[in-house]
Amino acid sequence: MSEDIAYHEYDVLVIGAGGAGLRAAIEAAENGLKTAVLGKSLLGKAHTVMAEGGVAAALGNVDPQDGWETHFYDTCRSAHFINDYRMAEIHAKEAPDRVLELEYWGAVFDRTPEGKIMQRPFGAHSFRRLAHVGDRTGKEIIRTLEQKIMTLNVDVYQEITATKLFKDQERIAGCIAYYREDGRFAVFTAKAVVIATGGWGKAYKVTSNSWESTGDGAALAFRAGAELADMEMVQFHPTGMTWPPGARGILVTEGVRGEGGFLCNSEGERFMEKYDPVRKDLSSRDVVARGIYKEVKAGRGTPHGGAWLDITHKGAAFIKHKLPGMYEQLLSLADVDITKSRFEVAPTIHYTMGGLRVDPYTGATSVPGLFAAGECAAGLHGANRLGGNSLSDILVFGRRAGAGAMEYAKDTKMPKIDDTEVQAEVERVLAPLSRTEGENPYKLHEDLQEIMAAHAGIERNGQSLEEGLGRIQELRERTEHQMAKGSRQFNPGWHGVFDVQNMVLLGEAIIRGAIERKESRGAQWRTDFPDELENQGKVNYVQRLTDHGIELHPEPVPEMPEELARLFKLGMAPGLANSARKE
Amino acid sequence: MPDEITLSVYRGDKSGGQEVEYKVPIQTGMVVLDALHFIQAHDAPDLAVRWNCKAAHCGSCSAEINGSPKLLCKTRVDDYVGEVIHIRPMHSFPVIKDLVTDVSWNYEKLRQVPAFQPAIKAPFTLQQRDVDRIQEFRNCIECFLCQNICHVLRDHDAKDRYWGPRLMIRIAELEMHPLDTGDRLDLLKGAAGVGMCNITKCCTVVCPQGIDITDNGIIPLKERVADVYWDPLGGLVRKLHK
Repeated sequence: MSEDIAYHEYDVLVIGAGGAGLRAAIEAAENGLKTAVLGKSLLGKAHTVMAEGGVAAALGNVDPQDGWETHFYDTCRSAHFINDYRMAEIHAKEAPDRVLELEYWGAVFDRTPEGKIMQRPFGAHSFRRLAHVGDRTGKEIIRTLEQKIMTLNVDVYQEITATKLFKDQERIAGCIAYYREDGRFAVFTAKAVVIATGGWGKAYKVTSNSWESTGDGAALAFRAGAELADMEMVQFHPTGMTWPPGARGILVTEGVRGEGGFLCNSEGERFMEKYDPVRKDLSSRDVVARGIYKEVKAGRGTPHGGAWLDITHKGAAFIKHKLPGMYEQLLSLADVDITKSRFEVAPTIHYTMGGLRVDPYTGATSVPGLFAAGECAAGLHGANRLGGNSLSDILVFGRRAGAGAMEYAKDTKMPKIDDTEVQAEVERVLAPLSRTEGENPYKLHEDLQEIMAAHAGIERNGQSLEEGLGRIQELRERTEHQMAKGSRQFNPGWHGVFDVQNMVLLGEAIIRGAIERKESRGAQWRTDFPDELENQGKVNYVQRLTDHGIELHPEPVPEMPEELARLFKLGMAPGLANSARKE
Repeated sequence: MPDEITLSVYRGDKSGGQEVEYKVPIQTGMVVLDALHFIQAHDAPDLAVRWNCKAAHCGSCSAEINGSPKLLCKTRVDDYVGEVIHIRPMHSFPVIKDLVTDVSWNYEKLRQVPAFQPAIKAPFTLQQRDVDRIQEFRNCIECFLCQNICHVLRDHDAKDRYWGPRLMIRIAELEMHPLDTGDRLDLLKGAAGVGMCNITKCCTVVCPQGIDITDNGIIPLKERVADVYWDPLGGLVRKLHK
């Protein structure tokens, strides 16, 4: 074969150029390691850019009672206690420093009257906690990281897709990738690899996710022997757009409710008072999404199958200042002026809580030298993620995975990649272009989305999940015979072949996890097992890919030590209990 | 409304190309990017278009629609009822394939801007009114439509003398940060070429984020440069101080 392949060597290779990947690369590069970042898109376009409401950090700028204990408490409660308490503790303690670091690097957050970073209320946070910039916080964060990366000696490879990880014996050795522009291949040998490729929301049709969210890194690592955990936990965000059809699923930030908006059914009833009398519209996402779904099922839905969201009472000036992006988005895409009228929203797939099983301190996966951070990793969010906790997650654990990879890389030699494996992968990746007949990747993607919606949506049951498993296994077989018309030059049909393979693999893992978890907890709602069960709360379902397919086993949830467990016995949020004691 | 619409889409690469017509069934509220996705799924799986969020947050899907620089995800098909929609790549950047252009020049220039140099450690104390202006600039989504329409870059291809509106806004957000200690005026006057802008405001018109690029960004930068380099009285005072 006369394939012209470029070869590169790095100490730390980061796959994924969203917030977690950039933060990991900054950590490694600032400490002098030879570092590269690979991204499927242009720099600064990754899915982080779409985060709207804010980054959760107990700075206590608006509510001084807030502190890490309460952030920890809120995170674990929303996770329904199947998260890794160590990650929740690290996250709550380190998030404020990571936010201030961004400010020092040039991020410009909204301010309080005293000139501090402003913090807004959000669902299931006990205090006003989300540092934000209007409703475009993710953009501010990724832009800041992009600008920081540009000051460092980091090689950024844009519009390049990794298709396979290589190992040298048991340890990681690097990856092969192709440039989207012209289909050239590049092999990256690296002492340590960080996976930071985000989630796989695109396995579903109605989703707030961008096209990139196809779970590439998680799938690549899974094939390389890393373990996945909590795959059944897929978050529905309560408020996606419902209309027009092309815009269905696009996110309407939780900030609308955070800033005072409320939900109503078709009869004008504020139904969240029924489902969560205390937190109401600002309950956790699993509860609000299920609330809307139940109202629609009971025949009290809006014309396009959702609920009304109303913030008109706050006035045009306030809305345009606090939620300028939402005002513009609804006006231009749906012809609705949200300062004058209520609008329809419905649940949309938003976030994958499950993912690569990692060490809480370093982000190390079960493959030596392979690390993971951000949405592609599991552990922090358990059965349900709190709004604002993903932006803090990528900063806290992006940095930690970068540091973990750096420490590993310091003490190891450059691994070797077997050339026969490289050649085999080149052949596999090019094969769809030379087939004269085969499956259409666009059609397979549609079929996948139909299967996931029908069998592993917001409401699940054992029988339907089993059917879904059979169907997705058939689909997985079909993904091996895809065909791409055209050349290697920027060819979306060809690129889609690998996206679909990755999503189908992870889709199967979602269904398998959902079958095994015979209870309802957080995002997992089983109508045949409607209750949250004590024994199920003690396990995470962990999956491995073997020669015989996916194998699944339970692992015990790490048990909290007494000094943390006591925080949940106060009868209220720790911050509130502290101030009550002082009074 | 008719049932279908005709899109005439540029197909080609650096060696050349031409527009190809496709018929697409109209769905209510459809945007041009939806129509291109339909073409990819049904007629031309290898049609190259760059996009990410489909919600006007990321600035990836820049193109020229009937001659106007726009985001494909934000442009409604029903704005063009009765017309053929011509879609072409951005004119000011080299075509890679179809609607995808090589915008790497912008990133090269962004790398050359001296970074934020804060006077103190965070946390900062900053009043909202003092950061409103730079927040406007930081709302940029780097779609590069302003770079595409700027006649200095578009008609005169003077990329060696002027870095364009996006870069001016990047420099402005740093220069106007209350805590920044960096000095980019030499750069502005020299390599970045703020003097090349002759205030036709085309960039401001096409900005999908509504940033007042010319009035709020470029003109104040021109004034700062003029203050330092061209004000005779100020120059004399500075000379005497030395």
